[in-house]
Amino acid sequence: MSKRQVVLGVNGRDHEVWITPSDTLLDVLHDELGLADVRYGCGEGVCGTCTVLLDGEPVNGCLTLAVQAAGHQVTTLRGLMGLGEAMHPLQECFLRRGASQCGFCTPGMILTALDLVHRTGRPTREEIRYALVGNLCRCTGYTKILDAVEEYADQAAGS
Amino acid sequence: MTAGEQLTEPRSAYRVVGTSPAHHDFVDKVKGSLHYAADWQLPGMLHGRIVRSPLPSARITGIDVTAARALPGVAAVLTAADVPSNQIVELASGGLAELQVTMPVLAADRVRYMGEPVAVVAAATPQLAHEAAELVAVDYTELPGVFDVTSARAEGAPRVHDVGNTLVSWQIHCGDVAGALAAADVVVEGEYHSQHVEHAYLEPEAGVGWLENGVLTLRVSTQVIEHAAMIAHILGLPQSKVRVIAAYMGGGFGGKEDMTVEPYLALLVWHTRRPVRMIWDRQESLVASTKRHPFVMRYRTGADRDGTITAQQVEILGDAGAYPNLSPRVLFAAAACACGPYRVPNVSITSTAVFTNNVPASAFRGFGAMQVVLGYESQLDELAIRLGLSRTELRERNFLVKGDLLPTGERLDTCVEVAQTMHRALALLGEPPRPSGPGKLTGRGIGCNRHPYGRTIWFRDRASAWLSLQADGTLLIRSGVTDLGAGQAASLCQIAAEVLGAPLDDISIYIGDSALNPPAGGTFATRQLYMSGNAVLHAARELRDRMAPVAADLLGASPDDLEFADGRVRAETGEVSITLAELAAACDKRAISTAHLSTWRAEAGSFDPRTGQGDTFPDYTYGTHAADVEVDVETGQVTVLRYAACHDVGRAINPMRVQGQIQGGAMQGLGYALTEDMAIEDGYVQAALFANYLIPNTQDFPDVLVDIVESGEGKGPLGARGIGEPPIGNVAATIASAIQDAIGVRPDRLPMTPERVLALLDERAEAAREEDPT
Repeated sequence: MSKRQVVLGVNGRDHEVWITPSDTLLDVLHDELGLADVRYGCGEGVCGTCTVLLDGEPVNGCLTLAVQAAGHQVTTLRGLMGLGEAMHPLQECFLRRGASQCGFCTPGMILTALDLVHRTGRPTREEIRYALVGNLCRCTGYTKILDAVEEYADQAAGS
Repeated sequence: MTAGEQLTEPRSAYRVVGTSPAHHDFVDKVKGSLHYAADWQLPGMLHGRIVRSPLPSARITGIDVTAARALPGVAAVLTAADVPSNQIVELASGGLAELQVTMPVLAADRVRYMGEPVAVVAAATPQLAHEAAELVAVDYTELPGVFDVTSARAEGAPRVHDVGNTLVSWQIHCGDVAGALAAADVVVEGEYHSQHVEHAYLEPEAGVGWLENGVLTLRVSTQVIEHAAMIAHILGLPQSKVRVIAAYMGGGFGGKEDMTVEPYLALLVWHTRRPVRMIWDRQESLVASTKRHPFVMRYRTGADRDGTITAQQVEILGDAGAYPNLSPRVLFAAAACACGPYRVPNVSITSTAVFTNNVPASAFRGFGAMQVVLGYESQLDELAIRLGLSRTELRERNFLVKGDLLPTGERLDTCVEVAQTMHRALALLGEPPRPSGPGKLTGRGIGCNRHPYGRTIWFRDRASAWLSLQADGTLLIRSGVTDLGAGQAASLCQIAAEVLGAPLDDISIYIGDSALNPPAGGTFATRQLYMSGNAVLHAARELRDRMAPVAADLLGASPDDLEFADGRVRAETGEVSITLAELAAACDKRAISTAHLSTWRAEAGSFDPRTGQGDTFPDYTYGTHAADVEVDVETGQVTVLRYAACHDVGRAINPMRVQGQIQGGAMQGLGYALTEDMAIEDGYVQAALFANYLIPNTQDFPDVLVDIVESGEGKGPLGARGIGEPPIGNVAATIASAIQDAIGVRPDRLPMTPERVLALLDERAEAAREEDPT
């Protein structure tokens, strides 16, 4: 298939990349741009490990074609961090609460939760459960992830 | 140092152990900056893909690779003929009792399960590798197969291997079971069935291989870097020419204990002399990766009127699938743990692994010792009902205590705090809930377990660790440990920090490299805290003891009177102190090495497979789970309302990680109990999509409440017991107990789906009609 050049805005910078029409956003971010925080987990849109924000909304990188993202802004977990690798407050909550074990699901989990808190202010624990239903974790049993998101939501609502 | 020299210190003495700092790998994980096995690229890297059998049992009558090889961009298409030594010999119990059956790396003339590798390709892109794999033309003639343990054992059944379908049959006997059952006041019996289960780690099997200085190097997602020796054997290379590096894993749960991508990557790298990456599709992983063994468990239990258990007869059949893998050891663990945390004087256990033409079953968190919990706990609940005793009362009459004999003739030499875990788990639940409306029934269940940690004792397990105090007072640790995400490496840092006083931020740990790290053995069998934890503890103590006289000399104190903490050494009696950097410099000046290698050996023993007597496991972790459920009598839906878990971990090195292990194990157990079923029909895996395989999500189950008992009597470092596998064991029994409490009928088949619960409700209604025909 013929390749064509598109511009992808990723984490605040524009990247010119050559893609084929069938390339997924996941493949381009992980393999072409070297973003290891966007991960293949199932390729079906079931597990949520490849979650990125597309113009601020969570999407599955494995079900989004790279051409669909052309001209749009993509944010991966790495894009949340400040200067000198300063962690986002939600990342701090994940760390403090022990919400990460193997860590494979963590980027998708954080991005989905961040979108929820930004949309709704102080979601209830049940609302957090509902929003994270498409981000699977096989290690933690979710309790500490929910604790971390609640702590961040409290912080965000308080400020 | 050996296992006999157990040293414990009072809890109050600890500064780092017992706290929950976040180690560097967790910082990398929440930053998204950790590089897993698939996150590795090298110049000129090719992409590998396996051609797998679409049939569960067939003869290969021809393989034509011409079209695949001709595809532009394809660098290699390899078949059995290209494998120097095409056999993987896995004698999981060390040849103690099992048949010797070899597994080919690539099938030559016969395939025995759907998904068995037949050829392997490497091409310039993943897409090309996929296309090339499709172009490999394999001709098959279908053969009859066997797909469950019963038909596999029937006379005249098709043979999976020429030597027969019974891979191993373990026997454990003590006392006079027939006599005791005949004399018992009550006898209960039951047959319990468990299913195939998928590990479903979020990270599929992956790795990258390359050649470096003539050494075949693989960086893969694996629990066991010691497979390097097997890979060398397959390629006909000296062991010094194969290096395996384990990336931090995106979960493993036993599924990365056998080799996955390793031999295929190795073949492709060796043939192409180029770097190769291989990532299994999720769908490929679902079909072809190893599974949890489905068990059929038949139990008969006799007891006196007062509730004292007098006899237990257990027959276990496990579906090993098409090749041995670790089945001999899984079925051994099942046998050794079949009576649970109870004292049973007369016992007869047989535990048999049977070949079928299903995908191979192998290690999965719990490893045989978890399936049997449903068996023994179901028997305890049935006995309680028959005797009119409460479930807790009956258990308390029969719990093992320190000093008791197990059916294998071993004496328990550490405390058994299972009663305490039972009361604490129940206390976490609080008052029993009321049904939420008409047509709803609520029930409460409990499930206790005894789960081993450490390898079977006759392997004479050992682990090494190397520590070095650097010139600037910082500390290096080298250990061959692999990290599943449970904090295996982080725990070792906490132990070293405790002993040597180096701040955690000043410690770097290098793990999982078969060439550069002292061997730790794999991360499985809940053994790494026990083994490598002890290795690091003793290495640190020995290093401290070597440096202490130098520090004492500088401080004008006695070597026994020093405190290593906060990056300094202090005389406990004085105000003066020196930094670890000053200590390192002083040692250097006196030609005293500040680096130290230590090997820790577990206790050794032997087991006689003919008598079923001898040594099995070094020690056990005990725990209890408790749950409240609500059953919808119209739909059969089971809703878990509250869930609590309590285990005696001996000593919590990092309490938050201990909680995480218990919560995660319980959640996997809830999936096993209620939703997960890797259905295989006539050898064909039914869930070909991840969407069809239902692991728990955030909405399925409630939070897992955790309480931790610290008895201080484990055989791990500082009295710790392993907690990786144990908490998955209790769950199915706990939920079955709660359902029985709600509806009055005991589920005996997993998973306990709405359809099955409805059938039980029908059974209850039927029984009620028979009792009262009006």
